[in-house]
Amino acid sequence: MSKTVRKLLIANRGEIACRIIRTCQRMGIRTVAVYSDTDARALFVQQADEAYALGGVTAAETYLRGDRIIDIAKACGADAIHPGYGFLSENAEFAKMCAEAGLIFVGPSPESMRAMALKGAAKALMEAAGVPVTPGYHGDDQSLQILQQAAERIGYPVLIKAVAGGGGKGMRRVDSSDDFASALAAAQAEGQKAFGDPKVLIEKYITRPRHVEVQVFGDRHGQVVHLYDRDCSMQRRHQKVIEEAPAPDLSVATRHALHSAAVRAAQAIHYHGAGTIEFILDTQTDDFYFMEMNTRLQVEHPVTEMITGLDMVEWQIRVARGEPLPLTQDQITQTGHALEARLYAENPEVDFMPSAGRLTQLEFSAQARIDSGVQAGDEISIYFDPMIAKLIVHGKDRAAAIAALRQALIDTRVEGLTSNLSFLRRLISAPAFTAGEIDTGFIERHREDLMIPWPDIAQHKSLSDPNSPWDATDGWWLNQPPVSPPDLRRFNARKDYRPTGPVAIEAPMPGAVVAIEVFEHARVTKGQPLLVLEAMKLQHTLKAPCDGIVTELSAAIGQQVRGHVVLMTIIPFGDAEPVIRRVADV
Amino acid sequence: MTRWVSDIDTASDTFRTNAAGLKTLTSELHALTDRIAEGGSMAARERHVARGKLLPRDRIAALIDQGSPFLEVGALAAHGVYDEEIPCAGIICGIGRIEGIECMIVCNDATVKGGTYYPLTVKKHLRAQEIALTNHLPCIYLVDSGGANLPNQDEVFPDRDHFGRIFFNQAQMSARNIPQIAVVMGSCTAGGAYVPAMSDETIIVRHQGTIFLGGPPLVKAATGEVVSAEDLGGGDVHARRSGVADHLAENDGEALQIARRIVRHLNRTKTVPVTMREVRDPLYDREELYGLIPSDLKQPIDAYELIRRIVDGSEFDEFKPLYGETLITGFAHLYGYPVGIIANNGVLFSQSALKGAHFVELCVGRGIPLIFLQNITGFMVGQKYENEGIARHGAKLVTAVACANVPKLTLIFGGSYGAGNYGMCGRAFDPRFVWMWPNARISVMGGAQAAGVLATVKRDAIEAKGGTWSPEDEAAFKAPYIEQFEAQSHAFYSSARLWDDGVIDPADTRRVLGLSLSAALNAPIEPTKFGIFRM
Repeated sequence: MSKTVRKLLIANRGEIACRIIRTCQRMGIRTVAVYSDTDARALFVQQADEAYALGGVTAAETYLRGDRIIDIAKACGADAIHPGYGFLSENAEFAKMCAEAGLIFVGPSPESMRAMALKGAAKALMEAAGVPVTPGYHGDDQSLQILQQAAERIGYPVLIKAVAGGGGKGMRRVDSSDDFASALAAAQAEGQKAFGDPKVLIEKYITRPRHVEVQVFGDRHGQVVHLYDRDCSMQRRHQKVIEEAPAPDLSVATRHALHSAAVRAAQAIHYHGAGTIEFILDTQTDDFYFMEMNTRLQVEHPVTEMITGLDMVEWQIRVARGEPLPLTQDQITQTGHALEARLYAENPEVDFMPSAGRLTQLEFSAQARIDSGVQAGDEISIYFDPMIAKLIVHGKDRAAAIAALRQALIDTRVEGLTSNLSFLRRLISAPAFTAGEIDTGFIERHREDLMIPWPDIAQHKSLSDPNSPWDATDGWWLNQPPVSPPDLRRFNARKDYRPTGPVAIEAPMPGAVVAIEVFEHARVTKGQPLLVLEAMKLQHTLKAPCDGIVTELSAAIGQQVRGHVVLMTIIPFGDAEPVIRRVADV
Repeated sequence: MTRWVSDIDTASDTFRTNAAGLKTLTSELHALTDRIAEGGSMAARERHVARGKLLPRDRIAALIDQGSPFLEVGALAAHGVYDEEIPCAGIICGIGRIEGIECMIVCNDATVKGGTYYPLTVKKHLRAQEIALTNHLPCIYLVDSGGANLPNQDEVFPDRDHFGRIFFNQAQMSARNIPQIAVVMGSCTAGGAYVPAMSDETIIVRHQGTIFLGGPPLVKAATGEVVSAEDLGGGDVHARRSGVADHLAENDGEALQIARRIVRHLNRTKTVPVTMREVRDPLYDREELYGLIPSDLKQPIDAYELIRRIVDGSEFDEFKPLYGETLITGFAHLYGYPVGIIANNGVLFSQSALKGAHFVELCVGRGIPLIFLQNITGFMVGQKYENEGIARHGAKLVTAVACANVPKLTLIFGGSYGAGNYGMCGRAFDPRFVWMWPNARISVMGGAQAAGVLATVKRDAIEAKGGTWSPEDEAAFKAPYIEQFEAQSHAFYSSARLWDDGVIDPADTRRVLGLSLSAALNAPIEPTKFGIFRM
């Protein structure tokens, strides 16, 4: 009863569209791209066999327009739609519309998606299937009082999450009951904005958790297998930057328990297609809890491909055609260790704020697998995810993979916009990372070390002397152990300014004002939220830099503002001289 | 091309004994360099750091490109020379990359006798400048020194190659567009004040660096004026008023970042004047080099095995393999750079010398850098050889080597004795760098031979007077000479006096030669005119 797929429409953009095209070309399947106005000349549009404009600029106008996409698929004679990740990939309604239109949706059934889409219900389901879940509140009563009581019962710190959320949006950590109300309001607002649903759930916050996940695959014949595990603990702003497979330093027993829990979870919802069961693993106890299931291909699927040697997009298409899984559990093996680094257009030094601009130069190592949807000359716009590329390496063990990724990052050149390249280089070289001291708080904890403004190594290669032994980056000194640079911060003079004049509060980037927390002439204390700006799909809270009084409040809710526009001014209390002191003197 | 196969059996007892012997010597070297790298006393270092200053090696690490190599020269300088230990002769010198440009870094160590200049400090500073001059490397002086060491002033101040030569060199290099940059991170007094003053660009650290011709005590003694060091010649004074410094930094870290910024704007491009290839590693593990050297210097060392473990892909195209076989000559690549290699594989005969001279001419003609691998007891002696004119043939080799203007590098991996040292590009022949292995020996002749010569002269004198000399007396006479030669020919003894640029771990040979060669290729290759070859 297997169906054929001759022409596949990709309801996505960027690197994942390119990734899917690559497999389709190998399988002899024609590809159809759909695109927004700003993507008209994008790489995936060029690579696809056919391409159709969606008309519009924002995600809502384009890649989220399920109806338009289905119309295009039917009009061009496509027989299947691959949703990639993000956008419509976990939209059960869209999957249903595809089926009704006679199109194969490359993904799970709408029922499976619905079962996992609402986190509270998903947890109950998993608990019933014998999958461990975190203590939390998943009730329908969303009143402040009930939610706050639940938080007290679970015990701080707790995490508030949008029930329909994902990708860190609509998620807030709360450390004390004082902060609960404001954090709840923010999470609800983001949930409403991003997913059209303000409902939240509350969970125990594990102090040093690891993010460990298991890749599963099911077919329409009831078979479910796992493709081993990944660790995605290296996160900033709750979003992954480095992923690895297998997850390092797990006992055989824990690993086995994870795999079987994941398979049970998938079986419980009769899952078919590629899915990922995400767990939170308590580094202190090795206990793990079900977090959520992503009913789609993950951004980090390449690391699993590297250790298993399988093409997961091919598996997705074969399962969608109704074929049984190509391999049984016993036939799936893993070899070595794989790492992926996500190269983003963002500024790590300003809280990983997304950046935008034209990539004037983009070069990669030939030694690494590069999954990218952009090339030199392309624009990274503010409308979509600012990922530039994924660098993926494989080595015989973790140390070898780290060395390979380090080299790949050194060989990478990005010019024209601010990227996290230097940050990634430092992260991959951090002794604590190499030692495997990993948990989701790693980047925050090592923030200062990771932000030392070191010059880029790769910039210093000389074109006229391409093989110079001076290009080495291993810290070799004659007759000395390898040398790493000293910690200059100890010696840097720190300038603790208490501002003397009015302080202008500027929009850090272009965006929309979604909330104003203060009024004209309000007294504010240092760190107090002033205004919330939404830009690049994330909300940025601007806080008072000092104690003072709000004046010249010019921003209005809903207003679109340009970068560096002054939104308000704070007149500081007191007018002491700037305090400058040497850290060494403290 | 067929793949070369080594004759060495790494599982053999001989190999293992050899390896153990050289590894022991190498660990002695590392133990010594570890101690030297600490710098001054613990108390001095703590005082230094408490002032908010970076230790000198940290300054270098912060100055160079992150993770890039540092090729230190003269680390053993002054070791065992003076009554007290002066680690590194109180000045750390070496080549490091800054903003992609290979630079000579000269860094005073104020934790060692306040960074004052001993005679060997001066010699080392001048050697560093010589390396910078011949290889066109910008100089970065990290100044933190009390100036000349007064008790040693007679050996520091007056002569041609004494303190004044530092400033002469700065002017000469600046004139040749070899940038001179000073970072004043501590005192810089009297003559030392001319280091920043003679530099193209100067940075000073506020509340830390001082520059003055006469310090506050001298000023008070001379004129009665009472003034603080900071007001006399601190950062603010020089950056704002006197103009002696161009940049004011808040601390060491900032000063070094400014220095990096200056280098970024030097507008230098390294144009390598040779044709390069892809780099390939040698086929054999570099650790195997330890097993090549017999503990007894009298045992021969197979130089082919050494060459093949250093050069790219272990590929070596030999020139005249069947002629003058005690001198190996041939072409290879090192880190993709073409090189001509001249290596001793026995005593030098007339034929070997002629072949060597011919090969030097080939390399000069083609602009190929030369690497000399020295293990030489000397030229053959005896009537037959003198009569056939070995001195004349040896002179051809010495002339060719002396005049060759392609970059020359010398590694002494065994003995370096007598005129063999000259023919194989010893220190006097201006190789860009001279490196030694820890087992290497250097002297005019072997200790036993020298003692034998002296004993023969003495015996002749005694017997001419009709006396007799018992074998016991002769042995007693010879012993101190043998001992003296033994001590003075040691690699550490040589390096302490800067007869070479450093003693290296044999396993690092390829890398050290590669870095040296790459650094040397910063300078254009000048044309060569040979002197008269005595025919």
